[in-house]
Amino acid sequence: MRVFGLNWRIIRALLSSQYAHMLEYRAEIALWALSGVLPFIMLSLWSGSAARAELGLDGVALDRYFLSAFLVRQFSVVWVVYAFEEDALLGRLSPYLIQPLHPLWRYVAGHLGEQLTRLPFAALIAALFFVIQPQAFWVPSLGGFVLAWIATWMAFAIAFLLQSLIASLCFWSEKATALERLLFLPFLFFSGLLAPLTAFPPAVRAWVQWTPFPYLIDFPARVLSGDPVNLAAGFAAQLGWVLLLLPLVLLLWRAGVRRYSAMGA
Amino acid sequence: MGRYWRTLRRFWGTALATQLEYQANALIELLAVSFSLGGSLLLLSLFFGPGRELGGWSWNQALMVQGFYTVFDGMSSTWLRPNLGSIVTHVREGTLDFVLLKPIDSQFWVSLRTFTPAGLSEVALGLGLAGWGAHQSGVVFTPAVLITVLVMLMVGGVILYSLWFLIAATSIWFVKTWNATEVLRALLASGRYPIEAYPAPLRLLFTLVLPVAFLTTVPAEVLLGRVSLPLLALGMVLATGFFTAARAFWMFALRHYTSASS
Repeated sequence: MRVFGLNWRIIRALLSSQYAHMLEYRAEIALWALSGVLPFIMLSLWSGSAARAELGLDGVALDRYFLSAFLVRQFSVVWVVYAFEEDALLGRLSPYLIQPLHPLWRYVAGHLGEQLTRLPFAALIAALFFVIQPQAFWVPSLGGFVLAWIATWMAFAIAFLLQSLIASLCFWSEKATALERLLFLPFLFFSGLLAPLTAFPPAVRAWVQWTPFPYLIDFPARVLSGDPVNLAAGFAAQLGWVLLLLPLVLLLWRAGVRRYSAMGA
Repeated sequence: MGRYWRTLRRFWGTALATQLEYQANALIELLAVSFSLGGSLLLLSLFFGPGRELGGWSWNQALMVQGFYTVFDGMSSTWLRPNLGSIVTHVREGTLDFVLLKPIDSQFWVSLRTFTPAGLSEVALGLGLAGWGAHQSGVVFTPAVLITVLVMLMVGGVILYSLWFLIAATSIWFVKTWNATEVLRALLASGRYPIEAYPAPLRLLFTLVLPVAFLTTVPAEVLLGRVSLPLLALGMVLATGFFTAARAFWMFALRHYTSASS
C-alpha cells in the first residue's frame, strides 16, 4: 500500500541512499554546521548589553535560548531551491518526473539525510558550548525533548514548503534564487535567530506573529530550552502554516510541470 | 604596470556590459540591499533605548559601525564573491590550467577578472549611513581625518581580501569545501557591532586573529578622533602581513596544483 506514493520499502531506499550520498560530503556539511555560529555571536552581544533586561530571559535562560536557536536552525536548514534549480538546469529533473514518485520526496529525503550527517557536528559544537558555559548545561525532560523535536520538524516542514513554493517558480522564471534571497531576509530578522522575539517592540511582535517566521526558530527554541511558552498556540500556528502551504505547493508544482518542456525543447 | 591597468579596464568593461543584459537582477539586488539594511537597523535599535548604550557607543556612533559594515558587505558582493568564489569552479572544471597559461599574474587574474556593479549600491548606502551617523555624532570632517579614514578603509579592504583569498585558495586541495567562505562570512557578521560590545576573549579574537575590528570599529573611531597611532600602525602591519601570507600561500598552492585530469 502506498500513501502519497510512499511505502516502507521506498522510504528506506530513499533515506539510506540519500544518507550515504550526504556522508560523502561530510566535510562540506561540517563547514555548513560551523557557518551557523551566528546565534552564539548574538548571544555574546546580548548577554553584555544593557538591553538584555527586557528580553525576559534571565541568567542561563538566555544562553539556553541561543543554544537551542542554533540547534533548531541546524535541523531546519532548507536548500531545496538550490538543488532544484540545478537539477532543472542540468536536465536531471526529467528522469525524476517520469518516476512514479513525487520528486519533492527525493529532496525531503536528501534533507533528512543531511540532518543525520549534521548531527555529530552540531552535537560537537553544543558540547563545546557547554565546556565554555558549564553553568548553562541542562537536560530537557523526555516529554519536552519530544515536543521540541516535533516543533523543529514542523519548522523544517514550513521552511521546506515555503522554499518549494519558490522552487516551483523555477518553472516560469530564472530568478527563483533571487526571490529566495528576498524571503531569507525577513526570516533572518524575525525568526528569533538573532534576537528573541521578546526583544522586539510590541507593535512589531503583534505583526510578526501572523507570519510563519517566529514558528521557524523562536517557538521550537523556546520549547527546547524549557521556557514557558504557549504550546497549543505554537503548534496550532505551525500546523496552520503547513496546511496552508501544502496545497499551494502541490497546485503550483502541478501547473509548473505542465508547463515544463525539459532542457532544449 | 600599464599592461595590468589596460587589462583591468577590459575585464571590468566586459563585466559591466554583461551585467547590463540583466537589469532585473540589479533591481532585485537593490531591493534586497534595502531590506537587509532596514532589518539590520531594526535589530541594532533593539540594543538601544532611552539612555542605553552598546559597549559605550551611542546610537549615532553605532550607525557609523553599521555603515562601514555595509560598505564592506557591498565590497564582497561587488568584487570578492564573484571572483574568489569562482576559484573552486576553475579547479573543479580544470579551467585553472588556462588561467595559469596566460601571460599575466594568475592571482591578479582570479582576483580581478569580473565585478558585479549591483553591489555598488550597497557600498554607496553604507558610506551614506556612516556619513550620516558621523554628522549626527558631531564629527568635524577635516582633510586629515578623511584621509586617515580612507587609508584605514583600504587597510580593512586588504585584510578582508587576504582572508577571503587565503580560504578560497585552499580549494586547490579541498575542492569540496568551497563553503568555507560561508564560515568566514558568518564570523565577519560580528563586525556589524562595535568591538567593545563583545566580551574580552572575543574582542581579542576579532582584533588579532580575525581582525574584524579593523574593518568597521577602527574607521569609526578614526572619525570620532579617539584612535591611537599604535592601533593604526597595528592595522597596517596586519594588512601587510595578511596580504603577504595570501600571496605566499597562492604560490605554495600552485606548486601543489596537479590539474584536473592528472
